[in-house]
Amino acid sequence: MTLNRDDISDRLAAVGYIADRDIATALWLMDFLKRPLLLEGEAGVGKTEVAKALAAVHGAELIRLQCYEGLDQNAALYEWNYQRQLLAIKTREGTGENAEAIEEHIFSERYLLERPLLTAIRREKPPVLLVDEVDRADEEFEAFLLELLSDFQVSIPELGTVKAISIPRVVLTSNGTRELSDALRRRCLYHYVDFPEVDREAKIIVTRTPGIDTALALQIARMVANVRKEDLRKVPGVAESLDWAATLAGLDLHDMRQEPEVVHETMLCLLKTREDRSRLTREVTERLLGKVA
Amino acid sequence: MSVAAISTSGDGIGGPTRHRLADFARTLRKNGFKVGLAETADALAILAAPLARRPSTLKPALRSLFCATHSDWQRFDEIFDAFWQGRGVHQARTLAGTVFENRAPVRHLKDMGWRVGTPGLLDHVERGHDDGGNAGDGRGKREGASRFENLASVDLRHIVEPADIAQAHALAARLSRVMRARLVRRERVRRRGRRLDLRHTIHRNVSHGGTLVDLAWRRRKIRPLRLVFLLDASGSMNLYTAFFVRFLHGVVDAFRESEAFVFHTRLAHVSASLRDRDVARAVDKLSLMAQGIGGGTKIGESLATFNRWHARRVLNSRSAVMIVSDGYDTGSPEQLGEEMRRLRRRCRRIIWLNPLLGWNNYSPQARGMRAALPYIDLFAPAHNLESLAALEPYLARI
Repeated sequence: MTLNRDDISDRLAAVGYIADRDIATALWLMDFLKRPLLLEGEAGVGKTEVAKALAAVHGAELIRLQCYEGLDQNAALYEWNYQRQLLAIKTREGTGENAEAIEEHIFSERYLLERPLLTAIRREKPPVLLVDEVDRADEEFEAFLLELLSDFQVSIPELGTVKAISIPRVVLTSNGTRELSDALRRRCLYHYVDFPEVDREAKIIVTRTPGIDTALALQIARMVANVRKEDLRKVPGVAESLDWAATLAGLDLHDMRQEPEVVHETMLCLLKTREDRSRLTREVTERLLGKVA
Repeated sequence: MSVAAISTSGDGIGGPTRHRLADFARTLRKNGFKVGLAETADALAILAAPLARRPSTLKPALRSLFCATHSDWQRFDEIFDAFWQGRGVHQARTLAGTVFENRAPVRHLKDMGWRVGTPGLLDHVERGHDDGGNAGDGRGKREGASRFENLASVDLRHIVEPADIAQAHALAARLSRVMRARLVRRERVRRRGRRLDLRHTIHRNVSHGGTLVDLAWRRRKIRPLRLVFLLDASGSMNLYTAFFVRFLHGVVDAFRESEAFVFHTRLAHVSASLRDRDVARAVDKLSLMAQGIGGGTKIGESLATFNRWHARRVLNSRSAVMIVSDGYDTGSPEQLGEEMRRLRRRCRRIIWLNPLLGWNNYSPQARGMRAALPYIDLFAPAHNLESLAALEPYLARI
């Protein structure tokens, strides 16, 4: 099923994802050109959300592979079920079977554990494969991933080649902790996810926080936008502003300017290090509040 | 979008549009985008799709397709507008050099007598410091190669003959490659690990009836050091910059994990230009960026830019930051100190190479330099090639 861009925009809105204009185009292109999509942006801008929304739009399953340093093919692709293999070897000990027969038996589908990448290419209906924080995995894994993304088949030495039953929609995200290879970049479409503009963030807050009034949501969005401009170690992401919005709504606050004390106290939802906390003093909070009006 | 449109990709497009698109791809390539044939073909397919004819879709679509990095992403709109909205290719081309708007007539490093590949020099450098690197005093000790060894120990300021400059450049490039080879080799010897590899163990022991006799171990790979260079390209460093640029090219090309920045009054990220395989072109590009505009060096401010925008991506706990500067700062020493403190916390080592340190009676009196000193792990001279070579054992230990 190929949707056009406007359908995608509409459906994104329907599943509660407030998209910026261009992301819908990128998602449409993914289908049109059959290329994976690489999303970059600072931590907390909602890259992972894009993949979730995409899965919802297509009514597809979301398969997620979280990358980390030292991730290898065993953890990403497939693994043998060693316990069962050992058990099978033991039970066959007395039967007089030769080693090759046993080997053939224990390296069959029954003893294979699928990991996300293998699962993704063996589904009947194309799923959305999210390769999260691909920059955390090492270069070798990246090269392997590139191969998988171009051929959509993998070879398991003991079993043979496994071809994709359906081609998954692939979304990769990167925080930029390591430079990705040019080959991978070229293979993918690229979209840089920025922090949402004030209006869009306000909309996100309204959609995600039950019972918050629009005016407060807008104030929060403005305030967070200002906080992001401060020189912080950890810039608050969208998740943080949602936390903050939930807190303020829970405290039944309606106008930030009325209660600077509460605002300052609850800002710990946004600031996650001691250093940042001490940088945003009461005075700074008040200065920022002044800009919110 | 229907599948039919894809199969006829590009068929419905007239010749002029194709040419225009090819032109656009070329413009992008000139601006440092990595655009291949596959991308251009896909772009044709996009143009052929009726939906994409709307400008509101076309621009984001082409942007997603042609961009590969954040910096591409930031520049794309400008180039796109310049190209398609009639302001012409010329305008877009100048974007390649946005780092310097009002540049003086540019002096190319190429013109300074640099030649590609001067074979046969490697041994001299290697031997020069294999013997324990008696830095600074290798003058004419060995017979035969004395001329080159001289070059390695002569202060770079005093190398004026074009032929000597070329040789010194080649030495710098060689040196960087030798350093790389050593560091990498050490890395390989060190590989050791203790975890049992179950998959291979079981596979190996099937023939023993499943009794685990022969164990397979998994080795942990130690990842190499990441080097980050910050090169001062201000007027006061003028005499040294050209050599360091050559050296940087060698190192950045060789270490897969390395980044280079050049600063004078501003900071520019130059790794991409340095990775250019064509040495002459890379050095040329960089010498353009390295051209100071005059008006002093703002080390503190440049470091602030680095800390704010690049450090998170570029630095990790295995990083060594190498600052090459004479420490003459026109900014405030307080800012420099503060930024050095921040930088210190983000990386493993800070190495400050100061060419002046090789001079006879120099002591770091510049206020900026003094403010920075407490945060520096290694303060070393870098006035000649031997002093650079002497760094290698230190780097290998980190």
